[in-house]
Amino acid sequence: MSPHGNPEEPASSASEIKREAPKVAATTPAEQQHHEAPWSLWEVFVRSSRGLSHVHAGSLHAPDAAMALRNARDLYTRRNEGVSIWVVPAEAISSSDPDSKGAFFESPQGKDYRHATYYTKSEGVKHL
Amino acid sequence: MASQNLQSVPAELSPEEQEREAAGKAYFDRIISEDSRIEPRDWMPEAYRKTLLRQISQHAHSEIIGMQPEANWITRAPSLKRKSILMAKVQDEAGHGLYLYSAAETLGQTRDKMMEDLIAGKARYSSIFNYPAISWADMGAIGWLVDGAAICNQVPLCRASFGPYGRAMVRICKEESFHQRQGFEILLELSNGTPEQKQMAQEAVNRWYAPSLMMFGPPDDDSPNSKQSMAWNIKRFSNDELRSRFVGMMVEQVKVLGLTLPDKDIRFNEETKKWEHGPLDWNEFKEVLAGRGPCNSQRIERRREAHENGAWVREAAVAYARKQAQKEHAA
Ligand SMILES: [Fe+2]
Ligand SMILES: [Fe+2]
Ligand SMILES: [Fe+2]
Repeated sequence: MSPHGNPEEPASSASEIKREAPKVAATTPAEQQHHEAPWSLWEVFVRSSRGLSHVHAGSLHAPDAAMALRNARDLYTRRNEGVSIWVVPAEAISSSDPDSKGAFFESPQGKDYRHATYYTKSEGVKHL
Repeated sequence: MASQNLQSVPAELSPEEQEREAAGKAYFDRIISEDSRIEPRDWMPEAYRKTLLRQISQHAHSEIIGMQPEANWITRAPSLKRKSILMAKVQDEAGHGLYLYSAAETLGQTRDKMMEDLIAGKARYSSIFNYPAISWADMGAIGWLVDGAAICNQVPLCRASFGPYGRAMVRICKEESFHQRQGFEILLELSNGTPEQKQMAQEAVNRWYAPSLMMFGPPDDDSPNSKQSMAWNIKRFSNDELRSRFVGMMVEQVKVLGLTLPDKDIRFNEETKKWEHGPLDWNEFKEVLAGRGPCNSQRIERRREAHENGAWVREAAVAYARKQAQKEHAA
């Protein structure tokens, strides 16, 4: 059986998520004739109960935001997992470069004095 | 050690690229040895990416094809309660397929391509779903044995080294436990029913027992890729280890059902502290996997029909979305 891997792709391509741009707003007449335009990818964020933040739940495909919301409801909240849902076109998300982990997050390094645990002289003093 | 399994750097790379590859490898190795998680945009060996893509997409296909044996019985469920439960379960399996397709997509494969491969008969899925569900009791046996075996397999996968796969499995495992319990209940009710009902339950268990043991995959000495998957922290336990655990659980549960397992060789080996079972027909397993099981062509045909019959819905959704966008633009 043929594996699902894509042998044409070099190993390094694994460092990029292939995201399709939402096609809905920007369809050209040529694309409109193609009867099965792929639905774009949306990231889904769910607020599990009042007072909590929306948390990333997963992703799904949908032709537009309204249907992405409905699909998200059916896919990610079948058991009352949420009281509110956000859907975001996957391509609208900007993220930090995974290859520059060290450099990008360097600044807090060596700045222990930003944490309460740095201050030890007050140990034993009540309510401090 | 994970580092022994990495491929050598291809020669045609420029010095800077080679340096980046080497740094990527070192980082990947460290993440794996720390038992941390790899995320989609991290560097990963091509073989790791391929292995995961194959495993996750096959898992997704299994969930989708796995809807069929049970969907068959929705219209014939014996009560409204059982019908609602079965619909909820089949809907969950669709959800599982979608979570897993999403995880597979982060590895660079499009969903359309995976769908195409499935309906073209090019993709594999779990051999279990190529067996027919011939009585209502099969709904019980599938839930109890098939979902039970799936849970055994899937719980350790929640800790798979690839983040999106592990996260999908966490969600799936939460939903699976109801699947196994509702199956157990169906069997229990039948077992406590008329002698004919009890016999129907026993026959269903007899039918699904061996195929569900084979869901764990070939024996360890015939499972060449397992070692590598374990070194990469994708797989946490060997096929035989998981199978033995599963047998141990079923041995106890079948007593509560008042039924028996069709295997007179089951025993607890005091030396190895492991459960052992009778011989399984691995030729049958290979045949089914190679497409010659009782229902292979029917399953793929049904999936193709569903996909083609749904084309107008997808087209209408796109047309509607376009119209709404134009309206909004004009307003
Ligand atoms: Fe499932
Ligand atoms: Fe499953
Ligand atoms: Fe299930």
